[in-house]
Amino acid sequence: MDVSMTVNGTAQSHDVEPRTLLVHHIRDGLGLTGTNVGCDSSSCGACTVHLDGQSVKSCTVLAVQANGSDITTIEGLADTARSAGNATGDQDWHPMQEAFQQCHALQCGYCTPGMVMASVAFLEENPNPTEAEIREGLEGNLCRCTGYHNIIKAVQSVAGGDA
Amino acid sequence: MIPAAFDYTVAESAEHAIQLLGEYGDESKLLAGGHSLIPMMKYRLATPTQLIDVGRLDDLAYINRSNGHIAIGAMTKHAQLETSDVLAADCPMLQHVASLVGDPAVRHRGTLGGTLAHSDPASDLPAAVLALGGTIVAQGPNGQREIAASEFFTGYFESVLADDEMIVEVKIPAGTAGWNYQKFNRRAQDWAIVGVAVADGGKGISLVNMGSTPVRATAAEEALAGGASIADAAALAADGTEPPADLNADAEYRSHLARVLTQRALEAANG
Repeated sequence: MDVSMTVNGTAQSHDVEPRTLLVHHIRDGLGLTGTNVGCDSSSCGACTVHLDGQSVKSCTVLAVQANGSDITTIEGLADTARSAGNATGDQDWHPMQEAFQQCHALQCGYCTPGMVMASVAFLEENPNPTEAEIREGLEGNLCRCTGYHNIIKAVQSVAGGDA
Repeated sequence: MIPAAFDYTVAESAEHAIQLLGEYGDESKLLAGGHSLIPMMKYRLATPTQLIDVGRLDDLAYINRSNGHIAIGAMTKHAQLETSDVLAADCPMLQHVASLVGDPAVRHRGTLGGTLAHSDPASDLPAAVLALGGTIVAQGPNGQREIAASEFFTGYFESVLADDEMIVEVKIPAGTAGWNYQKFNRRAQDWAIVGVAVADGGKGISLVNMGSTPVRATAAEEALAGGASIADAAALAADGTEPPADLNADAEYRSHLARVLTQRALEAANG
């Protein structure tokens, strides 16, 4: 069936089989491979994107369920920040991307797109979190390099806490 | 993992969804948030040939005060329960339990009606609704009926809902009297290995993952009502249950957890 959505600010319309998962539509249909598939069972959060501003695990959403929605992936995050006038750093990144780099919040990088998207959505809902709230807010995102310590620091630095 | 092929229809209203259920029969399933159904379809544990999407029925997403109870629309998401001012004031237990389901991304999609219809004995919210003495409003082709939560669950992933019925509302008695929820698990975002919900100071005690349905700890409730101490009542928490055994825990350990967690929950609720 025809599925229309705005992805990173661009209207997209494609004929999609109902069983197509949103993450497959994003990666294979739209060619946006920044969103990773990790566990493929809504545990690890590698596939986290924003659906109408909220974090979702795109391996557990059907593309047809996102018909009519506004999707932001990791590729669109910096653009969003630029248009809002708060991009930072040499790369003109979103502040959260910049903070992940500054705080060494990644090692292999596989969880990073999902971790960044979950962190941005989390701070939208809770702009001044405690460390414990950040840890709970990111409980749906797994990092197998065990880099949580610096990920928390990165989120704290964007939230205005001590980096 | 990709689900088996199916057709997809968006329901325009509850009546439309029920009409479609009647047309498509028992090979069809209602799709709400999809966070239980889609994983089961990906594992091919469920292979419906027709999905009817009720997740867009925003008029079924509400939390209202109404004559001593709280009326919650079936498509209310866990995140909405978690952030509800009405629940914070009139049923903080449900708000708290909702905040423990899965993780934030899951709570952005999962719905109260969906988790009740899914009837997973390991889920948090069905046991909370059971302990709170909630009522489930189901709508079918001939109108609505109200089902006490204590009569709703019949077995693993089974309820009294007919093939052509859908949950449209959940009614919870308003109350802030002593409550507590104990969720024991080993990993973040996981299901409870055992959970215990205590409502109204101990008048309602229900157990998560201690049988094929969420169950009331009847023996403990009755002992407490008869004047037994918390310790004596909690010692009866696993009586009459048939807990499952899996990689996390055998039945004996689950019974132990039920007793310990019930004691903790009762002490906290009456603290």
